[in-house]
Amino acid sequence: MTEISDVSIQTERVIEMKSPSVADMETIAKRVRRHVVSMIGRAGSGHTGGSLSAVEIVTNLYFQVLRHNPKQPDRPDRDRFILSKGHAAPLLYAVLAECGYFSFEELTSLRQLNSRLQGHTDRTRTAGVEMSAGSLGQGLSFSLGVALAGRLNAQSYRVYTLLGDGECDEGQVWEAAMAAAHFKLDNLIAIIDRNNQQIDGWTRDVMDLEPFDSKWQAFGWHVIKVDGHDFTQLADAFDRARLIKGQPTVIIAHTLKGKGVSFMENNPHFHGIPPTAEEVELALKELT
Amino acid sequence: MTPDVSQREAYGKALTELGRVNQDIVVLDADLRPSTMTKFFASEFPERTFDCGIAEQNMISIAAGLAASGKIPFASTFAVFAPGRCFDQIRMSVAQPRLNVKLVTTHSGITVGEDGVSHQSIEDLALAGALPGLTIVVPADAVETTQAVRVAAATPGPFYIRLCRPKLPLIYDENYRFELGKAVVMREGTQATIMAIGTRVAAAIEAADNLKREGIDCRVLNMSTLKPIDETAIIQAATETGVIVTAEEHLVHGGLGSMVAQVLVKHQPVPVEFVAVKDTYAESGSPADLLQKYGLTAGDIEKAVRSVLTRKKTA
Repeated sequence: MTEISDVSIQTERVIEMKSPSVADMETIAKRVRRHVVSMIGRAGSGHTGGSLSAVEIVTNLYFQVLRHNPKQPDRPDRDRFILSKGHAAPLLYAVLAECGYFSFEELTSLRQLNSRLQGHTDRTRTAGVEMSAGSLGQGLSFSLGVALAGRLNAQSYRVYTLLGDGECDEGQVWEAAMAAAHFKLDNLIAIIDRNNQQIDGWTRDVMDLEPFDSKWQAFGWHVIKVDGHDFTQLADAFDRARLIKGQPTVIIAHTLKGKGVSFMENNPHFHGIPPTAEEVELALKELT
Repeated sequence: MTPDVSQREAYGKALTELGRVNQDIVVLDADLRPSTMTKFFASEFPERTFDCGIAEQNMISIAAGLAASGKIPFASTFAVFAPGRCFDQIRMSVAQPRLNVKLVTTHSGITVGEDGVSHQSIEDLALAGALPGLTIVVPADAVETTQAVRVAAATPGPFYIRLCRPKLPLIYDENYRFELGKAVVMREGTQATIMAIGTRVAAAIEAADNLKREGIDCRVLNMSTLKPIDETAIIQAATETGVIVTAEEHLVHGGLGSMVAQVLVKHQPVPVEFVAVKDTYAESGSPADLLQKYGLTAGDIEKAVRSVLTRKKTA
C-alpha cells in the first residue's frame, strides 16, 4: 500500500481561543477535514462521506458550545456530546485531537490493532468518547439516560446528540423521540446530519423520511432547521435551542455528504469506501 | 413445609429497601410494573422511576445512559423480551462498555404457563451467556432473590438476574448469604451430583431426597451464579461423584447444561444427563402440566440420575 503523506498531522494545534470567530472555525474545520481524509486513507477503510458532512456541526459544538475540558474528560458537570452515528468516529477523533484530548500523531493509529481509535467509537478506550456506538439507533436513547441523570442530580449540563438521517430508519430512534418529549427533556438537543444519503442511495429512495420536520414536531420536539455547513446559522440554532423549555429540541442540519472535497460531495461511493492514495492527495490539495 | 413465596415480590421489596439507602438506585420499566413488582419502588420513589412504555430497546439504552452518569439502574421486563427483544442494545449499550446496568427479568422458563410460547423464555440464558462481561444470576427462591439483588447493587458492572412467575418453596432461611460465583451445596452426596438453577433447585432437592430412600446418595448444587460459573465446584463434583445431572427451565442448548459440560470436557470428563427443554417450543398449559409434559419434574431428574449412573465408569 502506498504510504500517504499527511502534512496536517504535523502542524501545531491552533486552538486556545475563548470565543473563536467564524473565520477561526472555518480554519479548524478545514484542518479537521484534512485529518479525516488522511486518517481514513491511511487506515484503508472507514466512512469518509458521513464524517465530512458533519464537520461544521461537531467543530462548532466543541469550539463554541460545549463546556468541556480536555484535561478532565470525566468531569461530572461537562456537557455531553454523544455521537450516535458511530461511523463518523474519525470526525470525532479529529475534533478531539484539535481540542487536545490526544495527540495528532495518535490519529494515524485509526483502526490499527491495539489503537484507542477504534473503527467505531468505544467508550472504554478513548478519552472524550461518551458512548460505544456503531450499531445505529441507540444514541438518542442513551442520551435520554444521560439527560435524565443530569436532571435527577440537579446538574446543569446539556446533552448534544448527533444522528445520521439514514439512522432515523431505526425504530428505536422514534421510541427515544417519543420518550424524550414525554419526559420533557429540555436539556437534550439532537442534531440530525441531514445529508440525504445512506449506503444504498438517496434516503428518499431507500426509505423516505419525509415529512421529516413534521415527524419530529408530531413527536413533541421543537424543530430548528439550518444549513449544517454555516457556522453562523449553527451557532444561532444552538443559542435558540438552549432557550426552549419543557421539550427537547432537534436541529435538522442540511448538509452535503462528502462536503469539502469536490469529487466526494454527494457521492454515495464515499459512504464506506476509503479514498485511494491519489484521492487523498487530490483531496488535501483542495483542502489547503 | 413453608408456604411458597414469590421471587418477584422479593425483588420489588429488596429494590425499595435499596432505594431508601441509596439515592443512585433508579428503576426502569416497560409497562409491566405490576408483574415485575417494580410497582413498590415506583410508588415510593416516582421521581426515580422511568416507565419507558412498551419499548424495551429504548429502555435498555436509557438505562445505559443513566449508568454512564453514575446511576445504578435496574431495568425490568419479562425474560422473553430481554435479552430477546433488545439483544443488540444490551450488547452495545451495556455489556461491551461494561456499564453498571442491572437487568432483572421475570416470567422466565415455561412455568409462565397459560400465556404460552410467546411468553415462555427458554433461550434467554443462551443469549445472555453469549455476552462477554455480563454476570448472570438465577436465584432459586425468594430469599436468594433478595440477596442477589443486594449483591448486584453493590457490585459494579452489568448483571442479568432471571426470576420466575410462580411462587416457589423457600429453600433458604433469612441467615443465608448469597456469594457471587459460588455454587451452594444443598445436599451432600457421593454417588451422583445434580446441578440445578432457579425453579429446578427445589425439584433437584426433592429428587435427591427420593433417591436417598432408594439408596442412591446424590449431591445437589445450586448453581445460582451461572456466569462466571463455579468451575471448582463442578470439577470437584465430577471427581468425587463421577456422574452429573443438570436441571434447568431452559433449552438444553446454551444454558446451565451446556456451560457445565464445557467445564467438564476440559477438566474432568464424566457422563452427564441434561434435564432441560429439548429442541422445541412449549405451549399453553398449567405450570405443573408443562413441567410434566416437557420432562422437567423431580421425577424426570430422578430418572436422569438412574440413567446416568448406568454410564458411570468403574475404576
